[in-house]
Amino acid sequence: MTQPFRTASGGQIDRQRPIRFSFDDRTLDGFAGDTLASALLANDVHLVGRSFKYHRPRGILSAGSEEPNALVTVDRGPGRVTPNLRATQIELHDGLTATSQNRVPSLRFDLGAVAGLAAPVLPPGFVYKTFMRPVSFWKRLYEPAIRHAAGLGRAPGQGDPDRYAHQYAHCDVLIIGGGAAGIAAALGASATGARVILCDEQAEFGGSLLSEPGVTIDGWAAPDWVREALASLGESVTLLPRTTAFGAYPGNLIGLAQRLTDHLAQPAPGMPRERLWHVRAGRVILAAGAIERPLVFPGNDRPGMMLAAAARTYLHRYGVKVGSRAVVVTADDSAYRAAADLHAAGVAVAAVVDLRPKPIGPAVEAVRALGIPIHAEMTIGGTAGPRRVDSVRLADGQTIIACDTVLMSGGWTPSVHLLAQSRGEAWTSVGACAGTIDLATCLRDATEAGGSQPGTFAVAGLPELAPSALPLPALPHPKAFVDFQNDVTTRDIATATAEGFVSIEHIKRYTTIGMATDQGKTSNINTIVALAAQIAQDPRAIGFTTFRPPYTPVTFGTVAGRCRGDLFAPIRTSPIASADAVPEEAAGWQRARCYPRTGETIAAATARECLAVRNDAGMADASTLGKIEIIGPDAAVFLNRIYTGDFTTLEPGQCRYALLLGEDGFVRDDGIVARLAADRFHVTTTTGNAAFVLHHMEDYLQTGFPGLRVWLTSVTEQWAVIALQGPRSAEVLAPFIPDIELGAMPRMSVRECHLGDIPIRLFRCGFTGETGFEIYLPPDSAQRAWDTLRQRDVTSYGTEAMHILRAEMGFIHIGQETDGTVTADDLGLGWMISRDKGDFIGNRSLSLPELTRADRLQLVGLLPNEPAMVLEEGAQVTEAGQGPSLGHVTSSYRSATLGRGFALALVAGGRSRIGARLRVPMPSGAIEVTVTDRVFVPRPAERPFVPSPPLPLLPAVARPAPVARPAASVRLAALAPATLLSVRAGPGAATAIGMAIGVLLPTVPCRSVIARERAALWLGPDEWLIQAPEGSTGLEALARRAPADRPASVVDVSQRFRALEIAGPRAAWCLNGFCALDLDPRAFPVGMCTRTLLGQAEVVLWRIGGEVFHIDVPRSLVPYVWACLEEARLEFADESASETPAAG
Amino acid sequence: MLLIPCPWCGPRPENEFRYGGQAHLARPEDPAAVDDAAWGDYLYTRDNPKGRHAERWRHLHGCGRFFNCIRDTVTDRIAGTYKPAEAPPI
Ligand SMILES: [Zn+2]
Repeated sequence: MTQPFRTASGGQIDRQRPIRFSFDDRTLDGFAGDTLASALLANDVHLVGRSFKYHRPRGILSAGSEEPNALVTVDRGPGRVTPNLRATQIELHDGLTATSQNRVPSLRFDLGAVAGLAAPVLPPGFVYKTFMRPVSFWKRLYEPAIRHAAGLGRAPGQGDPDRYAHQYAHCDVLIIGGGAAGIAAALGASATGARVILCDEQAEFGGSLLSEPGVTIDGWAAPDWVREALASLGESVTLLPRTTAFGAYPGNLIGLAQRLTDHLAQPAPGMPRERLWHVRAGRVILAAGAIERPLVFPGNDRPGMMLAAAARTYLHRYGVKVGSRAVVVTADDSAYRAAADLHAAGVAVAAVVDLRPKPIGPAVEAVRALGIPIHAEMTIGGTAGPRRVDSVRLADGQTIIACDTVLMSGGWTPSVHLLAQSRGEAWTSVGACAGTIDLATCLRDATEAGGSQPGTFAVAGLPELAPSALPLPALPHPKAFVDFQNDVTTRDIATATAEGFVSIEHIKRYTTIGMATDQGKTSNINTIVALAAQIAQDPRAIGFTTFRPPYTPVTFGTVAGRCRGDLFAPIRTSPIASADAVPEEAAGWQRARCYPRTGETIAAATARECLAVRNDAGMADASTLGKIEIIGPDAAVFLNRIYTGDFTTLEPGQCRYALLLGEDGFVRDDGIVARLAADRFHVTTTTGNAAFVLHHMEDYLQTGFPGLRVWLTSVTEQWAVIALQGPRSAEVLAPFIPDIELGAMPRMSVRECHLGDIPIRLFRCGFTGETGFEIYLPPDSAQRAWDTLRQRDVTSYGTEAMHILRAEMGFIHIGQETDGTVTADDLGLGWMISRDKGDFIGNRSLSLPELTRADRLQLVGLLPNEPAMVLEEGAQVTEAGQGPSLGHVTSSYRSATLGRGFALALVAGGRSRIGARLRVPMPSGAIEVTVTDRVFVPRPAERPFVPSPPLPLLPAVARPAPVARPAASVRLAALAPATLLSVRAGPGAATAIGMAIGVLLPTVPCRSVIARERAALWLGPDEWLIQAPEGSTGLEALARRAPADRPASVVDVSQRFRALEIAGPRAAWCLNGFCALDLDPRAFPVGMCTRTLLGQAEVVLWRIGGEVFHIDVPRSLVPYVWACLEEARLEFADESASETPAAG
Repeated sequence: MLLIPCPWCGPRPENEFRYGGQAHLARPEDPAAVDDAAWGDYLYTRDNPKGRHAERWRHLHGCGRFFNCIRDTVTDRIAGTYKPAEAPPI
């Protein structure tokens, strides 16, 4: 007979929708609205799992998320296996495949249960004591054996194919728990018009009201009142079912885990499986209810033993009788309701066993009137039954009662877990979690907590119940379980106290009580009471262990969210395509490691590229270099304080190598400082330090030297860079430079000129020691220039060759030769310290005794005596092949130019050791090396410049704009390029600039002004972004015409950003998948603009209409941002568009 | 994630900010006049209070400004933020 324990009628299940599912090897039937637990009980399945340590048979204890025993694995196909799910929370759906856990070979006949016989030898702390020595045994023997015997479900072995999402949300009131109190709080808050989020971990709102068909509220049966109340909530209330509030974090940020698809047999393809909500709440109303406590007595863990209220829930909500013959054991009035209701449903109730001396009150009398025997001041002394309880023995030692069900109630514990994490933020508790048991009072208090007048509710049908008392302690017994999930008994607690552990935190760690996946929801208070009895203390003085997130387990997929695969971290891409390169990721950029020809190895390609630069001409994509424009009358003074050199002596048109120190005197970065005009510098930084250097400079400008009239603008993405290096470089370049005499350009100079028709900044410098140029040009034109030069037989070289070429010249590479503890003098760059220019950052530290010691690590060269040998970077350098380290290898390569291996190293007193032989110890033996100067390849003589006739550039190739996946409710498009100016100015100059360009620069933070076709966006108190149609060529000159007494900085950044538009009713929602700002129109009105983060990309977000946003994205991050927004749009994709178009 | 009130932009999520260490450490006017021990203190010695702490933050991915913040290191609650030249709130 199918579902023999299903009642004939009643419950919230849909009996018209039968559902077939499997548990282990059995196929079973249930109904829509069932949980796995209720469906198993309907089918008389009570043995559901084996316990963690002793493999004891276990059943279903509860009807909610507190369940410690009924953990199962749900298999949704390859990679979609989830272990340790609570059967009480798994919604039944067609095809659900669940299996029991921790049994060998089967649930009914478990070999591991033999360990149960050995339970006396597995006391708490046994791991620490038994397996201490020898250590190797632990790894080889004990751990595998224990892992095999103990444990719960197994982690899936395959990658998770599901999607997971994050969502940032803001609300005035977050209500956690959608039972009676939570719904009433929502009614109260909704009436005030507040933005409300109401979440509940269950599939349906209503909590215990769904199990109370006999209770009426304002004349409605309780389950119907729930539906009516929810329907009456206003639009400002967001309902989130299947959503667990799992943790509270600073700033009233609450983490919610929402399960979206696991309950569906056929989820929509674009739908994420789970969504993690980051809710920033004005205030929180906690309506999490209370959890019934089990009673602790010997043998209290057999299948068939259940919390009394859970039995009522199964009966009234799911239409399931949990057994045929029940014994109720209680210390609380509420269990009498279970006795009466089960009796009325036709379940024989053999006895009520009450721990209290004189149970009285209406609930007790109602049971007594049914003729059910009540044993007062009594408890259970033992139970029997191999796979399900078949009898109980009372503590009098004589009375044995046959039964298949034992219902327990030790009273109720308020669910204060999250409140304990709230750190004094604005939280209110209502309902059972505030200790209120009277329903009308719950409802009244909750409406008031919601913000309205206290509501009055007519509640009928509930007997008056006495409040729960503290439980009575149980005697130590090896089978009286306190913590079911971790198999901890009262005797284990006694053992721990006997060994001297008396703090609740120590008891927890020593016995592992409360440390299982259920976090001790049902064991918490019973532990405290048992401990208090052992150490003869008042239980109220013991205290709680720390409540930590998550409240219930959260999947790794949900935590990771969208940060997987391409969206794990943005990889910035250069405007120069390098399809034929071996790519590598460096400092967040995709770079070209080398450009091998067909069949060529990386080593061979690198050697060829190096030789081409030394003997002919090579070019590298150096677009990733950091670039900063430094503008203002005090720019040179500022640079003098930031870098070690003297830039007041640098003439316009000159550039100079520069070292940047920290205040501690150690080298942080290097680069080139070029003076474009008296008040205008173009500075480069290393790729990896671009953000740091700008931050460091801003720090000193804003807080250290606030009087200086200087402004900084990042132009890293405004300029692509082609490094053209080698003896033939001038000859290659000259035919494309129409407006300057290349041969007349001295070393370390800079010119603003043209490459064909492309405006460029041309630097006569390089990182290879060869004659060479760095061509700074607009990214849109970079590919064209690159392809043109390539056609002139210039060899492309990658980062690998770049490193070798610079190391051959003894040039340092920041982060390789430097590690934050290296001075300029250590690097042999003491000459770069300008001693007589006045104070600068780091100068004072240079005279500290530690920084002037003769035995400091100094940069030298090392040549292995065996020429073919290439040392390992990071290898130690010693005198004798062992003993104290003298330093380490910082860079090591094979040089094609030298035909041998060579290295740079930091060696103690290195410069005094030149010529000495040292040894580099390696696992295969010490390698003998000779200390040398750090310059291996002498700087070549200049080749005479031979002018050649002009040549044309290749034509520009248009790149198609990316096309977004169709989604009517949230459209995404790339906008046409625009003219963009970065303006940095004080108030007076800002007004003047606004007048000059015809759009006032707003002074209100994060607001924009639009005038004619121009817009000015406030980005900071001295910073604006000006937008105008593409080709507004005169605008920059207009803006620069500020009066001399009110200097300012105006920099063309048209190339730096590309704009995207996202529009439609779901636009804000999709942005909030990656952006943590509150995008409600009241918080982020039309016209608001700000820099912010979208995922991990810094963007400028601008609301230009109610449902229209513009996003200015740094061009190297466009593919990342585009992919983020496409991912967020996927759940709204039009039906026809299941294919994923390529991102641009 | 903290919610930090930028003195210019208002409350913003912590991921837009960058921490800047202890506040109100003035760089000596003339570092050459400071002895080694005092300079070492300026470089490396910092308060580590349990409770109220004045610290610098920068609204890096926002308006870009440095400002000061009074944060309780135990509760993470922020008593207030203020511009570099301003006095701390009581
Ligand atoms: Zn700000």
